[in-house]
Amino acid sequence: MSSALINGLFVFMLAAFIGFEVIRRVSPLLHTPLMSLTNALDAIAVVGAIVLVGRHESRLSFVLGMLAIIAATSNIVGGFLITDRMLKMFHSSRPTKP
Amino acid sequence: MNTLPVTQPVIEITYLVASVLFILSLKWMSSPSTARHGVRAGEIGMLLAIAGTLLQHGIVDYKWIAIALVLGTCIGIPLGLVQMTAVPQRTALSHAFGAFCVTLVGTAEFYLRSPDISRFTMAVLSAEVILGSLTFTGSLMAAGKLQEILPQRPLTYKGQNLVNLLFLAVAVAGAGYLVLHPGARQLFPMMVGVSLLFGVLMIVPIGGADMPTVISLLNSYAGLSAAAMGFVLDSKLLIIAGALDGSSGFILSVIMSKAMNRSFGNVLFGAFGQVQAAAAAGQEAKTVRSATAEEAAAILAAANKVVIIPGYGMAVAQAQHKVRELYDALSKRGVDVRFAIHPVAGRMPGHMNVLLAEADIPYDRLVEMDDINGEFPQTDVALVIGANDVTNPAARTDSSSPIFGMPILDVDKARTVMVIKRGMSPGFAGIDNPLYYLGKTLMLFGDAKSFVNDIVHQLAGGGGH
Repeated sequence: MSSALINGLFVFMLAAFIGFEVIRRVSPLLHTPLMSLTNALDAIAVVGAIVLVGRHESRLSFVLGMLAIIAATSNIVGGFLITDRMLKMFHSSRPTKP
Repeated sequence: MNTLPVTQPVIEITYLVASVLFILSLKWMSSPSTARHGVRAGEIGMLLAIAGTLLQHGIVDYKWIAIALVLGTCIGIPLGLVQMTAVPQRTALSHAFGAFCVTLVGTAEFYLRSPDISRFTMAVLSAEVILGSLTFTGSLMAAGKLQEILPQRPLTYKGQNLVNLLFLAVAVAGAGYLVLHPGARQLFPMMVGVSLLFGVLMIVPIGGADMPTVISLLNSYAGLSAAAMGFVLDSKLLIIAGALDGSSGFILSVIMSKAMNRSFGNVLFGAFGQVQAAAAAGQEAKTVRSATAEEAAAILAAANKVVIIPGYGMAVAQAQHKVRELYDALSKRGVDVRFAIHPVAGRMPGHMNVLLAEADIPYDRLVEMDDINGEFPQTDVALVIGANDVTNPAARTDSSSPIFGMPILDVDKARTVMVIKRGMSPGFAGIDNPLYYLGKTLMLFGDAKSFVNDIVHQLAGGGGH
């Protein structure tokens, strides 16, 4: 247990650092699509819900899991869709970059 | 049923690849030229992770998973097709959905495992559920305010912060008790209920102008709750995704709070109740100069460098496509036209850029505040459309102003300032703007869309230089 905790904390710390470094470099131009993208990625929580529904251990866990899958999937689909729609609109006045 | 011994490593490897793809996805967002690859990488990572999960040992019920995935897709598609002006409320709604998912999974895990829960697991599970619940209701409130279903005006009363903190304290105390006595199942719904209520109360005192900060903060909370869920389920992929989302939201809220001149502590506590002392209304009558579309067109046509300052009022008036025509007309005459984007222009971080990109304005013409401010003294005309407080020089000079210290666009340093505005009523925050009374300022009274349209007409036909 405690080794899982320590591993988890290391992973969290490293991922948070990578997150800071990577996101600091995102142009303010793209902050709105950035937020809708991270939102879609965050819906990876769906994996926890899938396990709940798939194992069907109790009626409660099944029902809550179903609702959770629906909520997370709508975020995945909607999030990626709108991010791509937004990014498609961004174009430069210079036709191609050298 | 025996699962093959190779399955578990295969699943772990799909998760590892998904994590890499998620990080690349964000990395590619650094530039508009690679950003769409980022979306692809994220999608592939997501598919891999879901496929890997379906292989997991003990999953027997595929039918219902498929049904839920299809239902979620049916809800997600319309949410992905909303108008660009509605993106802020859509984003708030998706924070709510994400937090909803995390809260439900946490609740289900608690009832499956209790009372056999280690103290550490119970602590992170409580964090997951508290953050998830308050983000859920808080985001719904924010979405409601942005969609204008709920009143945008902040609702404040004396001792509000204390009451709110008290609710949070009760939820945390409940969590503390559960950590010590994980069998106290009856306490769990109380903890969830109080957190849900706290989420509502947290957003009640927040006005529409503060929404960019609030959305970013809720984004961060949603990410942290997902990371907590990763600890509960011992899923490194979830911890990574949650940490990325949490740090992204955190960075954005810090940027937004700086742009609004709010302290770091304010961001962390989310307690940014509006402190707008009603700005002295009955001041001495000051005079303004106004101009017609014809005069404005003549001045613009004679300029070399024009900077347009768009605000949310431009989007409300649906004037961005007319502004694009103005940009075209002036560019054709050889005028250098750029757009000055304040970080809080719009209702969420970067929103104004999206609105202008939708109107087909090239992104290299959109310039951030820090980069454009040095250039206003060399600018012939600064044209303000639907922006107010972000151009208010009182933020630099008048220490009694409620917005004193807020970084602004130095519009008043341009040679000529033109402001398109419906009338002289003060803006969103109710603060008078001395910019309007400067000798070099021309007020263009009218609806943004029709006024810009008139200028474009004058440039096309009327004023034949």
